[in-house]
Amino acid sequence: MTKQILIVDDEPNIVISLEFLMRREGFRVEVARDGEEALTRIRQDRPDLVLLDVMMPKVNGFEVCQAVRADPSLAAVRIVMLTAKGREAEIAKGLALGADAYVPKPFSTRDLVVQVKSLLGL
Amino acid sequence: MHGGPLIAVVSFAYLGLLFAVAFWADRRADSGRSVIAHPTVYTLSLAVYCTAWTYYGSVGRAAASGVGFLPIYLGPTLGAAIWGFLLLKMIRVSKAQRITSIADFIASRYGKSHWLGGLVTVIAVVGILPYIALQLKAISNSVTILLHYPDIVMPHHTDTVPVWSDTAFYVALLLAAFTVLFGTRHLDASERHEGMVAAIALESLVKLAAFTAVGLFVTFGLHSGFGEIFRLAQQAGHLKPVLAPAQGGYMSWFSLSLLSGLAVLLLPRQFQMGVVENSSERHLRRAVWLFPLYLLLINIFVLPIALAGKLAFPEGGVDADTFVLTLPIAHGQEWLAIFSYLGGLSAATGMVIVETIALATMICNDLVMPGLLRRWRRFSLEMDLSGILLSIRRGAIFLILLLGYSYFRLAGEAYALVSIGLISFAAVAQFAPAIIGGLYWRGGTREGALAGLAAGFAVWIYTLLLPSFAKSGWLPGELLDPGPFGISLLKPQALFGLSGFDEISHCLMWSLSANLMAYLFVSLLRSPNAAETAQSKVFVDALKHERPMGAGLWRGSAEVGELIDLTGRFLGAERARRAFDAYARRRGIAARSELPADAHTVNFAETLLAGAIGSASARVMVASVAEEEPLGLDEVMNILDEASQIRAYSREVEQKSRALERATTELQSANLKLKELDRLKDDFMSSVTHELRTPLASIRAFSEILHDDPQIESEERQRFLSIIVSETERLSRLVNQVLDLAKIESGNIEWHMAEVDLASVLRESVETTGQVFRDKGARVEIEVSDRPARVWADRDRLVQVLLNLLSNAAKFLPAEAGRVNVAVLSLEDAYEVRVEDNGPGIAQQDLGVIFDRFRQGAGGSAKPVGTGLGLPISRQIIEHLGGRMWAESMPGKGATFVFRLPRSVTIADGAGAEQRP
Repeated sequence: MTKQILIVDDEPNIVISLEFLMRREGFRVEVARDGEEALTRIRQDRPDLVLLDVMMPKVNGFEVCQAVRADPSLAAVRIVMLTAKGREAEIAKGLALGADAYVPKPFSTRDLVVQVKSLLGL
Repeated sequence: MHGGPLIAVVSFAYLGLLFAVAFWADRRADSGRSVIAHPTVYTLSLAVYCTAWTYYGSVGRAAASGVGFLPIYLGPTLGAAIWGFLLLKMIRVSKAQRITSIADFIASRYGKSHWLGGLVTVIAVVGILPYIALQLKAISNSVTILLHYPDIVMPHHTDTVPVWSDTAFYVALLLAAFTVLFGTRHLDASERHEGMVAAIALESLVKLAAFTAVGLFVTFGLHSGFGEIFRLAQQAGHLKPVLAPAQGGYMSWFSLSLLSGLAVLLLPRQFQMGVVENSSERHLRRAVWLFPLYLLLINIFVLPIALAGKLAFPEGGVDADTFVLTLPIAHGQEWLAIFSYLGGLSAATGMVIVETIALATMICNDLVMPGLLRRWRRFSLEMDLSGILLSIRRGAIFLILLLGYSYFRLAGEAYALVSIGLISFAAVAQFAPAIIGGLYWRGGTREGALAGLAAGFAVWIYTLLLPSFAKSGWLPGELLDPGPFGISLLKPQALFGLSGFDEISHCLMWSLSANLMAYLFVSLLRSPNAAETAQSKVFVDALKHERPMGAGLWRGSAEVGELIDLTGRFLGAERARRAFDAYARRRGIAARSELPADAHTVNFAETLLAGAIGSASARVMVASVAEEEPLGLDEVMNILDEASQIRAYSREVEQKSRALERATTELQSANLKLKELDRLKDDFMSSVTHELRTPLASIRAFSEILHDDPQIESEERQRFLSIIVSETERLSRLVNQVLDLAKIESGNIEWHMAEVDLASVLRESVETTGQVFRDKGARVEIEVSDRPARVWADRDRLVQVLLNLLSNAAKFLPAEAGRVNVAVLSLEDAYEVRVEDNGPGIAQQDLGVIFDRFRQGAGGSAKPVGTGLGLPISRQIIEHLGGRMWAESMPGKGATFVFRLPRSVTIADGAGAEQRP
């Protein structure tokens, strides 16, 4: 069955590129533009994987991650943090909060696809 | 003439008379009926100032240089006027501190310093030697002359006669023995020499009587009065040179007067008689006029005798110094001659006795005792020290007289009597700065006094003493001319080229200058220490208090018994016990053993001892008995009640500590600011990198996508490519703005300032952004007057600001209904530009935030276009141009961005107009 991926980012162009990439690989894609919308979507749709940006208005990525991991019913959701914030401290923070992967921008499209597939067990 | 035996008998008879008078006076004093407690006796004792110099030498000087003998008596006469202050102060202080000599006085003033006392003693001894030699010369000459009566024979020159046949030598020995008998029968300088004072008063009368007798004989016996003598002298041509102004002119008169005015107080014998032996301050009142009167009386007949002598011995074969003796001899007046001889002997012996005793006391107390004390730290209890002290004094007396005789042999022939005396005067004048300074200035220090005395003494030696040896042939004459090593500037009698003065004035000038300058300069190098401060108060304020101060600056523990024992060792046990008994009675205490060992008692013991061994040594001895804790300077200040000084100091300290506190808090706040700035810098950096990476991510992603998949539809491909292009643009825009901001903030930017017309800048910017507005269907209005709005600015930067504001306005305009209004307003000293839009507006709390970097209006869910740096940069630009920028808005009612710039002031039109921002 097709996996569902939720793309969370407030940059429109990033969303476009990620959308294209994921669709090309045959995944179903949903989009959220900020953290608040993301949480709603996650609870609603139960995506298999979330591509999560950090710097977003209202609720940022770290908070989303934290909230998802606090909910045991969402334990199956994979989280990949995808952000321009690339400092050591931030990477550590993300992983500590329960992200399954932390990918700094600019990212390699190939590597990202491989990462997503492996996380989804494909 | 009965010759030698008669002279001898007469001489010894006279001396015996003196001795008897002294003895009698001492006995009367012991029984409490003092003969000398009389102001006239006191004044007569001061007349010891007139020695053989006055008796013989004045006539000699008058014969040579006329009235030039007068300044030596003028000085004391004038000086007597200030005795009421100066001498009174000296007397009062000396009584309070039991001062027994001039060396003691100076040493005591400057912290009871041994070195000072020693130096003063050395100066006094060396300085007085010529004077003593003078007396010896006079006595021996007068003996020789009298021996040859009725012939008039001038005495041989000294160096032709061997010592053992030299009359003067035996005179010296005899005088020494006499003085020893006279003044060192017992050691008790704490009591005064009442006997000596009485004897001296008598001899002052004798010399005055003898001189007057000769004068009367000469004036009214040989001639018929003053008038006749002067007439005859004028006829013989003697008068003119005599009445001519003294050689050396007024300078000479001035310096001699000054010198003698000082000498009458500072000569050791004068100090002894005037200060130490003074029994009551009230005696001063009579002395102030009686002493000048005495001087007048003894000088009345000087000129007549001199002229008569010149008339009687026109060939010049007779030394004018001897006229007083040779005139009676020449006229066969045997008994008058003998009387005259006695007068001279009287004058000379009086001087020698007092001077030698004074010097011997100084040598013992200030030279020998300190040296002994340093060697023998502890005296064994059985030793009787009074015997040792007496022996020292006796030895000193012999030593002084023999030294005086040596000087007489070495240098006595070179000068007339008067000149020899003046050399001594100049020596004791060196005490003046230290003493007068010590009495009226608190700032003098020990080192200052030492420096002054040493400097003055050295110059004195060089300019007066050495020449006297050189003139007698004991030193090479080349020393005087052309100077040592041929250096004419160092000529002892014309130092540094100062010629044209007589040698006394010359010496006085240089020595006193060196003395005074050294004293002042060195004293000012440091402030007085505890001892000096205490003593300065006693000395300088002596006349301020009724009771002289002395006690109270001691701190230590002592047993009364120890003190009594100590004083007993020096004064004799019986005397010490009696003294302490009297002291105890004065304090209302029954027995001396019950005296408390407090500061007062210790001070009493110290002053008692000082009478015997000098104050400096007394201090050391008492200190060795008691365990004295040294006074700290703050304690002296306390005692002297200068608490105000302490208060001022502590106020200072308080102020300093408050300033320190302030500095610390300032430092802390600066530290915090630095940390904050550091944090901001980090934030900025992280924001910038984030903003840079985001477009980069898009560019990379789409580039890879396009690269990996050539099958993408052309429509999509175009779309992706245009995204790449626009992101690239975004990226470079951002980079440029970051660089811009950095440059503006660091001041690295180049500003091209000129006078700029705001109106035209506005129109230009609106024109440039026209397309953007047209795309949105928005309207732009300009409100600008025709008159130029001149500001001093960088035109390009101004354009940048306006473009930023306009594009910001354009971003949030409602579609098709947007309206932007741009206006320039003229204020009193500035211009205001307002950019108003009818967009969504800005929340109140964000009005300041929007000018922060990378902060854009929160609230918009859509990510706003732009870098977030536009406004910060614009504000920086405006602020750099001297203006202000801010935003005004009501949510829902649009926003207005405003900035103000100062007017540019132009003075006059045309060429060369001056412009100011």
